[in-house]
This record gives sequence, structure tokens and C-alpha cells, in this order.
Amino acid sequence: MFTDTNNFPLEGEVRIPSGCAVSAIIDRSGGRMTGEKIIRSIATMHDRSNGLGGGFAGYGIYPDYKDYYAFHLFFDDRIARKETEDYLAAHFEVVYSSEMKTRKVAGIKGEPLIFRYFLYPLSKRLANSLLDEEQYVVRCVNRINTDIKGAFVFSSGKNMGIFKGVGYPEDIGRFYLLDEEYEGYMWTAHGRYPTNTPGWWGGAHPFGLLSYSVVHNGEISSYDANRRYIEMFGYKCNLQTDTEVITYIIDFLLRVKKLTLEEVAKVISASFWSTIEDKSEDDRRQETFLRKAFPSLLINGPFSIIFGYEGGMMALNDRLKLRSMVCAEKGDLAFVSSEECGIRVIQPELDSIFAPAGGQPVIYTLREGAEI
Amino acid sequence: MKDMFIPAEYEVVRNPDLCIACRVCERQCANEVHKFDSDLGKMIADSTKCVNCHRCVCMCPTHALKIVKSDDTYKLNGNWPMRTMNEVYRQAATGGVLLSSMGNPTENPIYFSKILLNASQVTNPPIDPLREPMETAVYLGKKDVEIKRDARGMLVDNLPPQLKLTTPIMFSAMSYGSISYNAHESLARAAEELGIYYNTGEGGLHSDFYKYGKNTIVQVASGRFGVHEQYLKTAAAIEIKMGQGAKPGIGGHLPGMKISDDVSKTRMIPKGVDAISPAPHHDIYSIEDLRQLIYSLKEATAYTKPVIVKVAAVHNVAAIASGIARSGADIIAIDGYRGGTGAAPTRIRDNVGIPIELALAQVDERLRQEGIRDNVSVVVGGSIHSSADVVKAIALGADACYIATAAVLALGCHLCRSCHSGKCNWGIATQRPDLVKRLNPDVGKQRLVNLVHAWTHEIQEMMGGMGINSIEALRGNRLMLRGVGLNETELRILGIKHAGE
Repeated sequence: MFTDTNNFPLEGEVRIPSGCAVSAIIDRSGGRMTGEKIIRSIATMHDRSNGLGGGFAGYGIYPDYKDYYAFHLFFDDRIARKETEDYLAAHFEVVYSSEMKTRKVAGIKGEPLIFRYFLYPLSKRLANSLLDEEQYVVRCVNRINTDIKGAFVFSSGKNMGIFKGVGYPEDIGRFYLLDEEYEGYMWTAHGRYPTNTPGWWGGAHPFGLLSYSVVHNGEISSYDANRRYIEMFGYKCNLQTDTEVITYIIDFLLRVKKLTLEEVAKVISASFWSTIEDKSEDDRRQETFLRKAFPSLLINGPFSIIFGYEGGMMALNDRLKLRSMVCAEKGDLAFVSSEECGIRVIQPELDSIFAPAGGQPVIYTLREGAEI
Repeated sequence: MKDMFIPAEYEVVRNPDLCIACRVCERQCANEVHKFDSDLGKMIADSTKCVNCHRCVCMCPTHALKIVKSDDTYKLNGNWPMRTMNEVYRQAATGGVLLSSMGNPTENPIYFSKILLNASQVTNPPIDPLREPMETAVYLGKKDVEIKRDARGMLVDNLPPQLKLTTPIMFSAMSYGSISYNAHESLARAAEELGIYYNTGEGGLHSDFYKYGKNTIVQVASGRFGVHEQYLKTAAAIEIKMGQGAKPGIGGHLPGMKISDDVSKTRMIPKGVDAISPAPHHDIYSIEDLRQLIYSLKEATAYTKPVIVKVAAVHNVAAIASGIARSGADIIAIDGYRGGTGAAPTRIRDNVGIPIELALAQVDERLRQEGIRDNVSVVVGGSIHSSADVVKAIALGADACYIATAAVLALGCHLCRSCHSGKCNWGIATQRPDLVKRLNPDVGKQRLVNLVHAWTHEIQEMMGGMGINSIEALRGNRLMLRGVGLNETELRILGIKHAGE
């Protein structure tokens, strides 16, 4: 499904554990900023990456096309591009398409063809599919990623975009001109330290599904339990990465099961039974129910994730807090980072800074009435 | 030559220097192997009667006894071993079906011992169970529910009834009748203390044990022995026994000599007459009939108790399990071909059914493929030897394990495989009052509690090593398993990779 650039097995053919750095900024007033700050933040944690993957997600970056799905695609070659564009034309109204604007950066090489499309589902196709609109888009993304050789949709949300590739994250950021071309109210970033050499751009993070994006640092020990469970509900874990399965789990609980973010946190990073025993009657009942109903979606082993969605983000650690993560606020700005230095470097003075406890979700959202 | 002499398989060896002729062995042996010969002035033994239960060896105060494999042999023959020849002689003499007890003892592969576990190194940390919480509690029952909220927006717990286990181990079905009153009392009290469940088997529930109801699973089998309203209502869960790993395709056997007054009363059957359960439930000739029985039992208990359907691991067990999962059962129990029994025809025990590891792997995978794994919990039994087997079974996809052979071993059983004779020297598989009283329920309970505690500690150690601190993150986590010395077909069926991959 993904062409080989060296002799190593590709992402999806083997499971590759990674260490990582994560970082995020949100302006809760809806003020827009370029990617310059988030690049500096993740660059400070350079040693937490090893040059084998970096990426960003920007929210609010496509205000002129905010009602359209923004697809970002990697192509190995023009044949893959042609095949994909035929597929897109058959399923979507393509409002605008272009090659992604990039600049040459030393240290970034072997980049695939990178294209961007703003799309809307063809109404007749959508109606015939008997799916809701989002499910239709997800289905089409899966189809391209699974069936078209050499093509990979790596971003598919509205008014947001994922930018990623093989290299150090700061180089990837400059490669995509995030510091000049885009302005958004929220950015997340990821620097990867894989223990293996995937060498494939699609394997970098963030991982996205519609407007959801996940950056993750850790290696979860529950992977196969989670994967085998979530695949019952139509998800296909092609990449065999933690980030992919975590994204699907959150999507399932949030979008399909309609849980709140806090409830999602109590499923995937559940409190210990002994802790639940000591909680108030209401909390005890809620959390016991969630653990009983979704035991296979408990994510075990070390992780720190930043989950981005339209209008906000959630930072969450595993229940034992086996990965570092700090949160901070300054006025309307809120920050999350693997290390404090990733925040101080862009905002030396802070109103507050703290390390959330294991399993304690930290949710930052746009303030009510914020214009984006 | 109507009844040919068959030499003893095992020989009782007494060290004359150590024997003090205290006659403990004589008093302890219900098979009357030992006796004091006053002419010779010493103890002698008739090895032909010995079942090798080791009771005399354990009780001998001077350790003067041992049992050895007899070296008496027919002319050696790779094709006709002595045991096979003896079986022919026995049947030629009696015209009867050969009877055996306990699980299949043949030397087929034990897949659990060909599966290895993972541990964390560098990229993620092992978790220390001595210093961090390590959760082994599980809830058994249906999980697939619509999310519902009350007026305040709070989640409503609309899950069907669940069984809560503090550790993923339960005592599997052993009926009162096949085992003794004291054995049942030991199991019931241990289950209560451990926060788990024991299973009555198909022999009803002695009225003295109703007080352990909240830790009791009652069985409804094809003979319907001892089934009545109060029996169902007392239990924490109800198990429909469709089959048993030791004897798939046939019903339970209880020899008449084990049917005492109390057993007769509890089972609601005549005293001293063989109790042979019908092979099928005569109200279940197909899957749609099973559904009716499941719902009859649920109606009878006002939908307050989970219903378990127990089947033997047979060739098409995955399809059968899928049918059961769609029939309203809350839990499926699968019993592998190594599972124990108090009495089974030898040919059935040794030749029918499949290994639990393969059955479990296929059932779990099939239920997931069909998207109905959440409809049921899966409990497996049929030779769970140790905590490592529990961990491997859960990683293959089980929610919990049933143990019975290991439990009777804890009570003293030495697997002499003679339960059907009713003369169990350990007081377990017998109804003879003089033998039953040898099993002290206080001691029996404590040994069972010790065993499950020990296994739980070991489970926690292995989980911690894998970087897992909650048993639910282990369930179905097959990446934690690797096969060793297995061929590609076996690996495919188990859904695991080979070691080194």
C-alpha cells in the first residue's frame, strides 16, 4: 500500500515504538497567530526527536474555505495523483486544488508530491451512501488510503490542516512555510523519536481524522487490546501506531457514543478502582459505569497526548503519568508541552503553570463568542 | 479364563528399615491395599488394588512408602502399549464401556506451554506491582449498550447484570455428588472470601450452602437435577451446561454408589441409582431453542442475573459461540478437551474435543469479526495449570478462567483419576462419611484462598512486566504473546506471531 524508499519495512507493515515531544498553543480569544511560535516551542525540545518525523496541526487556518473539507495528500507519483483525483472528482465537488506551497530546507529530502484540495461531498453520492456526511468523508479517506497505491490523505478536517513529514519538526515547519503562510487560533506540534527507520512521510504525526488531530508521546502497552476492539466498529488500523488507534478511540467515544471529553478521559485514562471508591456518589457511579461499559478502551502504558478539535484541545496523561507534560496559561493564551522549556521559550512570563496528574484531562477551549 | 489377571501399573514400595507398622496406611486406604500380616509380623501391600493416590505416602509418619511405576511389562510394542492391551482385556472380560476420571492425560501438545509472554524494555517502563496499584478486577456480562442520560445529563448505568470478580479466576462446575459436602463447602467459602464465584455443577445446591448464594453460580444441565425456583433465585448467575470438555456430546455421569441420602435429596433423584444426564437438553435441539431456555431462566429471575452458556470446545466452536452470543447469553464458558470430570467414558474423554487455546483464539476472533464481542464475556477452562496460563488465556481473548482440576489439587487430589470409584482417599470425590471427614473445610478453604492469592500475585507480576496495570488492557492483547515451536497453521489459528518476529 505504501511504496518503499529503502529496504526497511514500512509504517503499517511493522509496529514501530517511538519516543517523542509534543507541544500546543491556543489563543482562547480566537486571535490568530502564525506557526512561528509553535515551531520555536518544539525546536527547543530538539533532543526529544531524532529527525525521523515531525509535524503540526493548525486550527482556524482556512477561514476562506471553512465550510469545505481540506484534504492534504501525499502522492508517490503522478499515477497515484491521477487515480486519486479521479476518485475525488467522482465523490466530491472539488472547490479548489493546488500543489502545497513549500520551501527548500536543508535536512528535508525525499519529499513526496504534496497536494491540497478543498472539497464538498457530492449530494447525490452522499444521499445514496445512506451515511451521514462525516461518515461519508471518513469512508472516502479510508478508501484512498487503503486502496490507492502511493496515495495518502493525511489531513481531512474543516478549517484546519495537518503538516508533517520526515525530518526534525522545526525543519518540517519551515518546509511548509507555517511561519509565514498560515495563521490560526491553535497549533499543536510533534517531534518523533522512532526506534526504527520508517522513512515514510505518512507515518509522521499528528494523526488526523476529520477535524480531530492527535499528537502523542509514549508507547502504549494496551495497543493490541485497543486495536482489536476498535476494529470491530469499522476502523482499520493500517499504520499500527499508537496515535492512530488513540485517534480512532476518541472518535468512537466522542462522535459515535456521544460522550463528553471528560468522560472520554475517564474511559481511556480511567481512575483506579480504589480511587473511584473514594469519590462522590455521582462520580463513583459515572466512572464505574464507564469502566464497566468500555473496559477494552482503557489505554495502558505511558502516554501524553494532545487531542485537537474544532474550538479546543484536551491534554491527557496515562493514569500513572509515565510521560512528562506541563500546562500553562498567560492571559488568553494556554500552552501544553512535554517540557516546561517548550513553553518558557515562547512565553517566559506565565500566569500559571502546572503538571496535570495522571488521568487528569486539561481542556482548553475558545472562549464563548470568540470569533475565528 | 473369563477374567484375566492384569498386572498392577504401579507398585507400592515399602522401606522395611523405616516402617514401624503403625498401620496408618492401612487405615487411610479405602482401596484396601495395605494390611498387617500377623504371621509375618509386618505390613504388606497388594499393588493390584492401588490407584496411586499417594494418600498413604503423604500420611506415612516415617516416609517409608513410595509408589513406583511397575517394571512388569508385556513384550514392548510401540503400536500396542501395555495400557491399550489391558483395556482390550478389560472389555473382553466385562463387555463394558471403559470409564475414567479427570482430564484427558494423553501426550498431545499443551499450547499454553508453547506461548511466551512479553516484557517492557527501554521504550516503555515495566510497572512495579509492589509499589503501584495493579488491577485484576473484572466485570463479566454484556457490554454493548446505548449511552443514555438522565435529566441532569448524567450517564445511566443500563448495563445488564454483571458478575464482579476481584481476580479473573472462578471455580468451575463440580457437582455435589461427584464431590463431597466438605469439598463444596471449601469451594463456597473460598469463593466468598476471595470475591469470586464457585459453580454448583449439575447436582443442585445443598440447603446448607444457600447462604453462599452471592458467590454461587448454579448450573442447569440436561438432567435438570436439583433445579427449582429457590435454587435459581439464590444464585449470582445461572449456567446452562450444554457440554463439558471431558465428555463433549454426552451428559453427566454419577455412579449410583455416590448417590447418598443427602445427594439424592439435593438432586431430587432416587438414592443409589446411576444418574446419567441425557446427552442433549431435550428442550434444546437447536440454537433457537437455547434462546428460549435462556429467556425462561431470565424471566424466572426477573432479569437480575447473568446467564452463562457452557459448551465443550469442539471443531466448529467459533460458529457455535457466535450463535450463543446472539441468543441472549451474557457469558459463554468454553471447556477444553483437557477438562476434568468425575466420570467419563474413556474413549470420549481421550478422543473428543479440541484444545482450549485454539478454541478460545478462534471464538474471540470470530466474535470480533462479527462485531459482537461486546455481547458476551468469554470464560475458559479445561486445564488452566497456572497463573501463566491465566495470563495467556486473557491475552488470547478470555475475560476470565475457570479452574477445577487445580482447585481439587489444592484440596489434596493427586490425580489418580479414580473419582468414578467413589473411594477418594482425600475426601473429595466420595460420599463415604469416613472419607469425606478427612477433608477439613477450614483447611480446604484456606488452601484454595492461598492458591488464588498466589496466582493473583503472579498475574500482577507478569502484567507489570508488560507495562500493564489493569487486566482489561491485557484482554485480547495478542501482541503480548509469541509462539515457540509452533507451525504456521497453529500460529494463524492462535492469531499470534512466532518468537523472534
